[in-house]
Amino acid sequence: MARSKNKGSQEVNAGSMADIAFLLLIFFLVTTQIATNKGLTLLLPPKNEDDEPLEIKQNQKNVFKIQINSADRLLVEDEPMEDVGMIRDMVYDFVLNFGNPSSTKKGSDNVSDQDVYNTLPASMKSYISRNLGSDESSDGPGAAIVSLKADRGSSYEIFIQILDELNAAYNRIYGERVGLTDEEFRKLNRNDPKEKELYDRARSGIPKAISIAEPSSQGG
Amino acid sequence: MSKFKKKSQSSQDIPTAALPDIIFMLLFFFMVTTVLRETEVKVEQKIPRAEQLVKLEKKKLVTYLYVGKPKDKSMGTESLIQANDAFIGIDGIINWINQEKSNLNEAERDQITVSMKVDNETKMGIIVDIQTELRDANARKIMYATPQKSEDN
Repeated sequence: MARSKNKGSQEVNAGSMADIAFLLLIFFLVTTQIATNKGLTLLLPPKNEDDEPLEIKQNQKNVFKIQINSADRLLVEDEPMEDVGMIRDMVYDFVLNFGNPSSTKKGSDNVSDQDVYNTLPASMKSYISRNLGSDESSDGPGAAIVSLKADRGSSYEIFIQILDELNAAYNRIYGERVGLTDEEFRKLNRNDPKEKELYDRARSGIPKAISIAEPSSQGG
Repeated sequence: MSKFKKKSQSSQDIPTAALPDIIFMLLFFFMVTTVLRETEVKVEQKIPRAEQLVKLEKKKLVTYLYVGKPKDKSMGTESLIQANDAFIGIDGIINWINQEKSNLNEAERDQITVSMKVDNETKMGIIVDIQTELRDANARKIMYATPQKSEDN
């Protein structure tokens, strides 16, 4: 007698399982946010004991000056500028100027400016010899410093825009040096030894020297 | 004719038994990849977009700092700094960094990265003050967290 009952469907009706799972899925989709660990990185200079700013010791031609006033107007190399996008090319040219490359080895990589020049691909070398190498601009990438000085009253938004442009210029240099686009260079995974080697090769001898200067307290 | 009829005798239902499994897989994927926000942000956060983003490698070493106007209007319109759940002043940053550092391994303490989420309208003065304090606290790695700028603008 009991057996005759078993002839009916033995499956549990699973049709509504999908609905329940959908409900849970939608709940998690709505309530959670993917943690974004992306942004513009910056390495602050070490704490210096004496309050003397570093730039004073530097030769003026090795410093690329960007100033922002409280009305978010720009002064780039003492010239007023409207278009933020131009900074990218100017910094690119400034860092790769090789006006007077030194042969002294320095930095943690122990690479001189001339070594850096020799490792550049041919396309970059010809660009440098045709357009750059002026006495007015930086001596070489090892000495070049970009100084960004913002007024206390200028907005964070313009600061990020400029920092973005500076990073773009450096990433383009690093990328071109190892035959990648700037985007490919940024996406290099430093946990992979092969890509880490590429990353280190691109960066050796060209420090990303972005200095955020102490702002003036007066509105300017 | 008879050929067609034979075929139609087989079950016309699509078996849906595997559907919950698929949905559950999606559900687990989202549950694993997303992180519930552990702190409630009490300042306004309209973060400017940027293009040249870099992904941070070690999530464990990252601490977050939120800067912006307070959402609670009774607290004024000056930008405030929020660390974890509370507002802190400029001079509280060194203490806070040391506290965060004590949660890490000895070897990793100098590797601490401060991710700053800063509102659009914040003035640079407070940002530079924070930077100076972080430098004094020997937390030199900082990151301005920004979303990716979309291609079309």
